[in-house]
Amino acid sequence: MKLTDAEAHWLSGGEGKAQQLAMRLIVAAAEASGALELVPIDFAHINSCHYSGKLSLDFAEFLLAEGAQLSVPTHTNASLIDRATPGLRPDSDFPEEVAGAHRLMDIYEQLGCTPMWSCAPYQQTDGRPALGQQIAGSESNAVGFFNSVLGARTNKYGDLLDISAAIIGRVPFVGLHTDEGRLATHLFEIRLPDELLIDPRLPHVLGLILGREANTAVPVIMGLPAAEEDDLKAIAAAAATAGAVEMFHVVGITPEAPTLDDATGGRGPSRTTVVDSQLVASMLASLSTRTAGSVSAVCLGTPHFSVAEFSELVGTLGEAHTHPSVTVIVTTSRSVWAEVQLRGWDMLLGAAGIQVVLDTCTYYLPRSTGVTGTVMTNSAKWAYYAPGMLDVEVVFASLADCVASAIAAEIRLSDEVSA
Amino acid sequence: MNIEGRTLHPGHGEGDLLVLREPLSFWGGLDPKTGMIIDQSHPEVGQSLAGRVVAMPGSRGSSGTPGVLGEALRLGVGPAALVVTKADVNLIAGVIVAEVLYGVNCPILQVVSAQMPPHGITDRCTIIARREDGPAADD
Repeated sequence: MKLTDAEAHWLSGGEGKAQQLAMRLIVAAAEASGALELVPIDFAHINSCHYSGKLSLDFAEFLLAEGAQLSVPTHTNASLIDRATPGLRPDSDFPEEVAGAHRLMDIYEQLGCTPMWSCAPYQQTDGRPALGQQIAGSESNAVGFFNSVLGARTNKYGDLLDISAAIIGRVPFVGLHTDEGRLATHLFEIRLPDELLIDPRLPHVLGLILGREANTAVPVIMGLPAAEEDDLKAIAAAAATAGAVEMFHVVGITPEAPTLDDATGGRGPSRTTVVDSQLVASMLASLSTRTAGSVSAVCLGTPHFSVAEFSELVGTLGEAHTHPSVTVIVTTSRSVWAEVQLRGWDMLLGAAGIQVVLDTCTYYLPRSTGVTGTVMTNSAKWAYYAPGMLDVEVVFASLADCVASAIAAEIRLSDEVSA
Repeated sequence: MNIEGRTLHPGHGEGDLLVLREPLSFWGGLDPKTGMIIDQSHPEVGQSLAGRVVAMPGSRGSSGTPGVLGEALRLGVGPAALVVTKADVNLIAGVIVAEVLYGVNCPILQVVSAQMPPHGITDRCTIIARREDGPAADD
């Protein structure tokens, strides 16, 4: 592998132990993955700030003590805790985890990270990566969004590697960082009736299909007439949930796929999957463990709720109040919440009995808030993971059905997709 | 048993050989406090990685892999060595940091699929992963 003089200097410890360890991790990753050189990056979004045991904290303490400096603007992923609502996760229940998470958040701020605490940092348009920029992403939905929707270039970096990339400002030049690595090989051809094409659940289900069928290949979707950023967020999140998709193209919508030829580099796909009503219906059915009965909670905002989603939520609610027996939680970022507050929607949500949680993810809430029973969500990612992670039943539904069910304290589904 | 491979992380490890049929998602799939596989959908759920030479295709999923593997190594319930078919950068990051912070060594050897032993638990096995330019575990 070829290192520049500056890179070799860092690797030998010339800029201190923190820079040396960071360079060592990135060079080891580069050698293992067959990269011939490193490529400079302009931005990083890191998950190492999410407390995952004492090693994550000891590593961060090491970086801080050794004077680590960041080379690029670095946004933080969601944390284990919500600092704005400490009571959500009582300190007495998980003292080591909570204390560790607080300390970790402090350290990453002191290292110079921008405290986003969000899995959807791309929702803040100020400073978001641009087409063709090399970056380092970590959180799987954000990696998919950066690559696919913004056209920025990143592989998925695990903990320790992401912050190392931010420190040395370089990553191995392989995979989705290269032109070749971004070309689609697996075509997903949509053949669906109009009512399904506008179903808000479709992007989520499409993402799961991509993940299951394409796994690590780069997929390209053809036949989707339109998609908002939140739809593309849903595809990215679900595709990385059911598989290991880090990038996808949507012909006519995403920036590197004006045509199918552009997406495949003129080679055409080597595999094709037809997405029909039957496939969508079976995938939809697999996401719910209940279709009737009472509802104890509604979890929204996986990945973090956007301003547009809050707008839809407020519009759907109208004057209604959610049922007092139903816990309704929305997770979002501090920056989106500030915009929601500017619009005065925070008052409406509070009056409707809806709780908004910042900095963290809804997965960590049922355990800490004691929610059991049936949880409804409009996120396929949440519905897919929940049965394995939490002791709850789950119903995947549109936002409108989630709201109707929260008001009734009972599952209300407006329609069924039949095969 | 003699396994030839490429060194992804140098060192020396010895223990019973456990061969996993599928990649392991460490975050949510391994309890770093006990070294046990807790992913209910994994064919070897309930097995312990602690002190064993663990052969598997690689890791799967979450960005939490390096931290969880490193945490198990810190607590003394990590694998004695890893044998993988995929050049898994998350596993490499976890073992490097555990070595730098805690002095625990866990070599990683990459082999081609045909070299992978049949799944299950077999006899004691020694992994000596040498640096290309020097002796093993001479860090």
